[in-house]
Amino acid sequence: MNNKLYGNLIFELSKEGRKGYSLPKNNFGSYEIPASMQRAEEAQLPECDEMTVVRHYTNLSNNNFGVDTGFYPLGSWTMKYNPKINEEMAALPKFQCLHPEQPAATTKGALALVSLLERSLCELTGLAHFTFKPYAGAHGELTGLMTIDNYHRSCGDVRKKVIVPDSAHGTNPASAAVCGLEIVEVKSLADGTVDFDDLQRIVAEQGAEIAAMMMTNPNTLGLFETRIPEIAKLIHGCGGLMYYDGANLNPMLGACRPGDMGFDVMHINLHKTFSTPHGGGGPGAGPVGVREGLQEFFPFVSPYYGNFGVMMRAYAYILSLGREHVKEVGPLAVLNANYIKESLKDVYELPIDTICCHEFVFDGLKDKSTGVTTMDVAKRLLDYGYHAPTIYFPLLFHESLMIEPTENESKETLDAFIDVMRRIAEEARTNPDEVKSAPHTTPIGRVDDVLAAKKPITTYRQLKAEAQL
Amino acid sequence: MTYKYFPQTDADLQAMLQKAGVKDLDGLYAQIPESIRYRGDYNIPLEMSEQEVREVFAKLGSQNQELTCFAGFGVYDHYTPSVIPSLLQRSEFLTSYTPYQAEISQGTLHYIFEYQSMMTELTGMDISNASMYDGTTAAAEAMMMSVAAGKKANKVLVSAGMNPRTRQVLDTYALHQGIELVTLPLKDGVTSRENLEALLAEGGVAGVMVQQPNVYGIVEDFSGFADACHEKKALFIVDSVAADLAVLKTPGEWGADIAVGDGQSLGIPMLFGGPYVGYMCCTEKLIRKMPGRIVGMTKDSRDQRAFVLTLQAREQHIRRQKATSNICSNQSLMALFVTVYLSLLGKQGIKEAAQLSYAGAHYLCDELTKTGKFRLAYDKPFFNEFFVKYDGDVDALYQRFIDAGFLGGVKMDGGLLFAVTEKRTKEEIDNLVKIAAL
Repeated sequence: MNNKLYGNLIFELSKEGRKGYSLPKNNFGSYEIPASMQRAEEAQLPECDEMTVVRHYTNLSNNNFGVDTGFYPLGSWTMKYNPKINEEMAALPKFQCLHPEQPAATTKGALALVSLLERSLCELTGLAHFTFKPYAGAHGELTGLMTIDNYHRSCGDVRKKVIVPDSAHGTNPASAAVCGLEIVEVKSLADGTVDFDDLQRIVAEQGAEIAAMMMTNPNTLGLFETRIPEIAKLIHGCGGLMYYDGANLNPMLGACRPGDMGFDVMHINLHKTFSTPHGGGGPGAGPVGVREGLQEFFPFVSPYYGNFGVMMRAYAYILSLGREHVKEVGPLAVLNANYIKESLKDVYELPIDTICCHEFVFDGLKDKSTGVTTMDVAKRLLDYGYHAPTIYFPLLFHESLMIEPTENESKETLDAFIDVMRRIAEEARTNPDEVKSAPHTTPIGRVDDVLAAKKPITTYRQLKAEAQL
Repeated sequence: MTYKYFPQTDADLQAMLQKAGVKDLDGLYAQIPESIRYRGDYNIPLEMSEQEVREVFAKLGSQNQELTCFAGFGVYDHYTPSVIPSLLQRSEFLTSYTPYQAEISQGTLHYIFEYQSMMTELTGMDISNASMYDGTTAAAEAMMMSVAAGKKANKVLVSAGMNPRTRQVLDTYALHQGIELVTLPLKDGVTSRENLEALLAEGGVAGVMVQQPNVYGIVEDFSGFADACHEKKALFIVDSVAADLAVLKTPGEWGADIAVGDGQSLGIPMLFGGPYVGYMCCTEKLIRKMPGRIVGMTKDSRDQRAFVLTLQAREQHIRRQKATSNICSNQSLMALFVTVYLSLLGKQGIKEAAQLSYAGAHYLCDELTKTGKFRLAYDKPFFNEFFVKYDGDVDALYQRFIDAGFLGGVKMDGGLLFAVTEKRTKEEIDNLVKIAAL
């Protein structure tokens, strides 16, 4: 990329008097905005012609890596292929033009789509109803917990504790806190699954206060919690509800439904399991499903149907796969993960050696003698043209390296990745400095996080002020 | 098992199954108890070809009615420059995730830095986060932020001039958080300073939230509000329509501690409610209390300028149950949308668009008033949205508009709330008025 010009900020490409827009003429006569209403200082926005803007952002995009660029085995994020037909459907003008306050009689098609998607998701999860208000996975978690809280309140029951496995993602406890609930951590066994004895102890001691238990299944290590029917029975027995974090739903397509496992409430990350693009961090969608009878407790967490455009994409995906192929998603994702795991476990430390689901976790290199860390392996992978796996999560291990390939990757892609991972392990032994100083071929080298946080510069205005000092 | 999204051939499957140490695909799930194993055939439609998918969506689309939009109520029909959809489809932007690996995510980090810079310019604030889901949830986050910053105070005053949809979202979050929300009543359609001072005097107030323009479209005068709040150690929160800030007095100029709102008005299609983008800005003093992601500038190992996610110690994945927000992402692609919009329209274009909206709305208001059947409910200044009472059957009028292909505002409080953007032509307005005059 042309870093000299387009590595600049858009503000640095600005020149007074240039414009990149065309607006209609004012045919309304003289309506002047009164000075008393107006801001004193104008917003210092750039002034650029249209092509400069196009080149700037096109060049920026070249500094990014997406699923369309290459293999993106980011564990827990299900970076599957985002089909192009989904984008085409979401861009249809007959939907783009709808104001959300339009009367229902004029939005029949959009409302039908909501209902069709709801029915499909119910069928795939074994639950009875969905709300589409939540904008993202974390928002879905919060919505689900609020639903549970509303349910207990309606029973006149004060239940403020949520059981969460100690291996859970940080968002689970944070969502509970925002919902005004308190976390009780249940221990994991050495194999990463819930310690049932510890759970029994918690239920025995605090059962009357338990609002819910939150789980992913398969769990964060990609392992299926085989005692899930007993866990659900135990929680239901004390009056609590079971919450399914849909982050790891992908391997369950074609294998097992959360509703059948005993879960009462769940969210789905449409941007994971249902192929909608992650967009650099959003927009996603986190619809929440419940068992019959709980739908009346859905909270008002957003004004309309959430990220409707994301729902359109998810429905296009479901129609494209259809009944025949949606059930193949899980098995193929699981096969791809196991294939990588088995092909690398002689050189990377596999703490739990068993069949995994859609993802698995290595605890760094098997041979750690040269001091090459998981961070170094991740950065070296960038040199070879791969996105790094999720690193240093879960917290159960010191050098976690979490790999999730998804069902869309070919054996050739996986073989090439396996070769590179083996080569890096070899380099770590023979030329560790090369790995420790990686990446070498990316647009920038490793960044100085400490400098960024010490005196934060987060706007162009601050940047200019700093430069003048 | 061949399908366009699955590259595994039969030969691949055999080789891979062997490596995985199982006989068949079913063997991969041996650990799942049979009692909960799903053996059914999902009752969803059969596989569709691309052409069939297109037909389904075309049919659904044909059941929607495209109306010429004179509605606002927080969602506005602004013009979208053709450049934006084209750039947003760049798959390096579209198909990437959160920029954890800064070395291969400079594209995303760079535009978020630009987005933050632009939002602080629009709002007149010091700091912006990397964006939020939408305006209503951004308001809820601001409410929680004020309580978290307010030590023991647990009460937030909310102007009755807030959009009721936003208020409903605030009520939801407040209920579960145990925050006490108190309505700050209006006087003649605007938030009254006497009411504010009286409620502040009762004590225990962590934050005060107002909307500009308010739900009736009125541009309020917040003179003295910030001082009154700060005197009682409450944070002043202003919720605004992003596009209007091109010309209106900014939250910063009103002395706000937190500015929130929706960025949808910056050219984002209405699309039945989303995706949009929420913005949140604050004073430098509050940076460590702000939820969401923040991108900062730094240097790389080759001494080049680089951008990176920073101040992450504030975030939920580190703080877990001590977190005051569970936000763990942003609305990145929509932040890019807004960034490209503001790059194209720039310093002059946003003002021009705002002036057009202002002129069109005032022209419509004048023409409606001339019919003798409408009157402004409040004699107050407005920007591009206004609330009128109608001398007749509002429901029947609203339906007449729809029959003629117009979304004639939003029905509210026995009247109609009209909004006009730069997209509405004089001809469209004249036609609307003709129907209104019948």
